[in-house]
Amino acid sequence: MTTPLAIINAQIIDPVAGTVSDGGILIRDRFIAAVGTFDIPEGCETIDAKRAYVAPGLVDLGSFAIDMRAFSAGGITRAALMPDQSPPLDHAALVQRASAAGKPDVWIHPIAAATKGLLGTDLGEIGLMQAAGACAVATGREWIADSGVMYRLLSYARALDLVVISHAEDGGLTAEAVATDGEMATRLGLASAPAIAEAMAVARDLALAAQTGAHIHFRQITTAAAIDLIRAAKKAGTRVSCGISPAHFLLSDVAIGGFRTFARLSPPLRCEDDRKAAIAGIADGTIDLICSSHDPQGPEAKRLPYADAEAGMAGAETLLTLALVLVRDGAIDLPGMIAKLSTTPARLLGVPGGTLNVGDEADLIMFDPDLPWRIDSDKMAGSAGNTPFDGLPVQGKVLRTIKGGVPVG
Amino acid sequence: MPASAPSPFPHRDLTGIYGLQPHEIGFLLDEAEQWITLNRTTASKHDDRLAGLTLINAFFENSTRTLLSFEIAGKRLGADVVNMHAAQSSVKKGETLIDTAVTLNAMRADVIVIRHQSSGAVQLIADKVDCPVLNAGDGRHEHPTQALLDALTIRRRKGRIGGLVVAICGDVLHSRVARSNILALTALGAEVRVIAPPTLMPAAIERMGVIPFTNFDAGLDGADVVMMLRLQNERMAGAYLPSPREYHALYGLTPERLERAAPDALVMHPGPMNRGVEITSSVADHPTRSAITEQVEMGVAVRMACLDVLTRGRRGIEGWA
Repeated sequence: MTTPLAIINAQIIDPVAGTVSDGGILIRDRFIAAVGTFDIPEGCETIDAKRAYVAPGLVDLGSFAIDMRAFSAGGITRAALMPDQSPPLDHAALVQRASAAGKPDVWIHPIAAATKGLLGTDLGEIGLMQAAGACAVATGREWIADSGVMYRLLSYARALDLVVISHAEDGGLTAEAVATDGEMATRLGLASAPAIAEAMAVARDLALAAQTGAHIHFRQITTAAAIDLIRAAKKAGTRVSCGISPAHFLLSDVAIGGFRTFARLSPPLRCEDDRKAAIAGIADGTIDLICSSHDPQGPEAKRLPYADAEAGMAGAETLLTLALVLVRDGAIDLPGMIAKLSTTPARLLGVPGGTLNVGDEADLIMFDPDLPWRIDSDKMAGSAGNTPFDGLPVQGKVLRTIKGGVPVG
Repeated sequence: MPASAPSPFPHRDLTGIYGLQPHEIGFLLDEAEQWITLNRTTASKHDDRLAGLTLINAFFENSTRTLLSFEIAGKRLGADVVNMHAAQSSVKKGETLIDTAVTLNAMRADVIVIRHQSSGAVQLIADKVDCPVLNAGDGRHEHPTQALLDALTIRRRKGRIGGLVVAICGDVLHSRVARSNILALTALGAEVRVIAPPTLMPAAIERMGVIPFTNFDAGLDGADVVMMLRLQNERMAGAYLPSPREYHALYGLTPERLERAAPDALVMHPGPMNRGVEITSSVADHPTRSAITEQVEMGVAVRMACLDVLTRGRRGIEGWA
C-alpha cells in the first residue's frame, strides 16, 4: 500500500457535471478515494494546488507518435495511437506491443489499421486486433477511395461495435495538393485542392454510416461545408462524431505564407470563413472533441521546399493551452473544454478517463489557465518542435500531470 | 550619393517580383538599357566589373535558354561562371537542398543563381547562404528575371507599361512566368487579363488584381500585348486538356485570333514554343508584331543588370550596403 496523496486548495473541474468547485482530491493506491472536502489522512503526502484548476487527464484521440515527454508536458494521460506507424498497425501483435509502449506514464490505446498496410483495399484483421487491445479502427492519413471497401469496413466494424475513424479528404481531388485552393496557394504557386474535398468525403461516409448503422468518427473536420453536413446528419440520427485540432480553429491558410513548412498540415489550413465555422461548430457541439493530431517531424522532414516537406505538427504539448483560447473567447466554458479534451474522447474509444468519480483511476492534470509563456520550437519537451505556433505568446499551461496517482514528467 | 540616402534597390536577393516597389522594378529596367547597347556592339562585349567574382548557376531543373542567358550575362560582366546541373550533382544521391546550399556557400560564391522544380526552394536556399541569390524559376512560384525582361521588351516597344492591356494566355496554373508577370505588370500600372482553360486557371487568381477569362476571343479583345505561355506536353494527355488539337482550336494564337487584339498588338512568348499548339508559326515569326527574339535579347541585358546591382555591395560601391 502506497502513501496516499492529497491535492488540496484546488478548483476542481468536473466535465460530466459541468461544474467548477473548490476543494481537493484524495488519491489512494492509484485511484480517486475522495473528491471535494475530506479529512487528510495521517502520513498523507499533500500537493497544494494554490487555487490552480484540477481536471481529468486529457485523452487524445489521434496521435501519430508515441512521444512520452510531449504527452506528459501537455497533460495527456491516455493517447489513442494512429495506425500510421512503421510498420502500420495492421496485425494483432503490433497492436499488443503498441498498447504496452507507454506504461506507466501514459497509456497508449492503439487504433487498428482498417485495411492491410493501410492501402485501402483489403480489410485488416480488425477482430483479432480488437481482441489484442485496439480501441477503434482508422483509415489512417488517407481516406479509403473505394466505396465498396468502405461500405464493407463499416458493416464489419458495426458488428464488432468498433468506431471507424475516417480521414475526410476525397483523394481524387487532393491527389497532389499541399494547400487549399485560394489566394495564398495561388500566390505561392502551390498545388492546391478545393476545400469541398472534405465535404465530398464526409457526404459519402455519412451515407455509408447511415446505411450500415456503424459509428463513424471524422478525426479532423475543418470546413464549413463538412460541419453543416455533420450537423444535419446528427439531427437525422446518424451515429457520427468528429474532432478538430487547434491549428484548424486558430489559423487560416495565411499562416503558410513564406512557405512555412511548420504550417503544412493534413488536412491543409483553410480560409478564414472555414476557421470561423469551426469555432461555431465547437460551440454548438457539432464538433465533439479536440485532439492534438500530434505528428512530430524533425528538420529532415520539414527543412525542405514546402511541397516536399511532410505534413503534420507537434501538437501534444500545446493542446490544452490552445484550447483555452476557446474558453477565453467565450465559445465554450472550462468544463466544456475539458469534456472535449477528455470525457468525450474516452467515451468514444470506450476507455477509462474523463471522469472524477471515487474509484476512478487517478489520471489528473493541474493547470493555470492564465500563466503567460511563449511557444518556442527549440524548447519543446517532445521529440520535435514543428509547430506553426512557434513564437506565439500564449496563456495557460499544464503544471502537473498525474497518471494513476503518480506525478509524471 | 550621401551615405544616408536609401539605395535604389535595397534587397540582397531577387527571389521574386513580390515585395518589390514599382520604382525598384523601374530601376532594374533602367539599368538594363546600358547593357542592350553594349551587347549590340560588334566588337568586345566585355565590361569586366564583376572580375574576380564567382557566379554559380545552380540549376536543379533542366534549362537551356535561361542557363545560357545567365552564363552569358555573367561572362560579359567578367565574372567566373560555374554551372551546376542537378543531373551531375550529389542531389541525385539524396543530399538535401539545405546541404547543397551550405556547400555552395562554403565555396564562397559571390552570387548564386538558382532554378528548382519546387515552389519556395530558392527562398529556402537564400536563407542559408551569405551571398545574393537570384531566382531563375522555382516551381510554379516566380521567375522574376523573365518578368523583368518582358517588362523591358514591352516598355521599349510601346514606350510605356502603365495603361496598356496585357493578356497572359495559356497554362496559368502551372506557370511561374505568369505569376511574376502579373506582379510586375500590375505594379507598373498595366491592366492584366489572364486567359486559360478552366482546368489551368488558378483559384482566386482575381485576387492578384487581374481579370480572368476562359474564352480566348473575349480576353483578347483590344489587348495591346498578347503574352503566350508554353504548354507542357504532359498536360495535354487528358488530365487537364483533351488533346493538343483541341487546345489549339480553343486557345491557340492564330492570325485570325490576333485580329481581335489591338491593331499594333505585340506578341510575346517566353519560349520554348510549341509551334502549332499554343501559337502558329506565322504569328510567332511575324516581322513586326512578334517580339519573341527580342525577349531573348532583353533577357541577357536584364540579367546583367541584376547581377551588377546585386553585387554592388560586395564590390564596395558607395551607397550600396
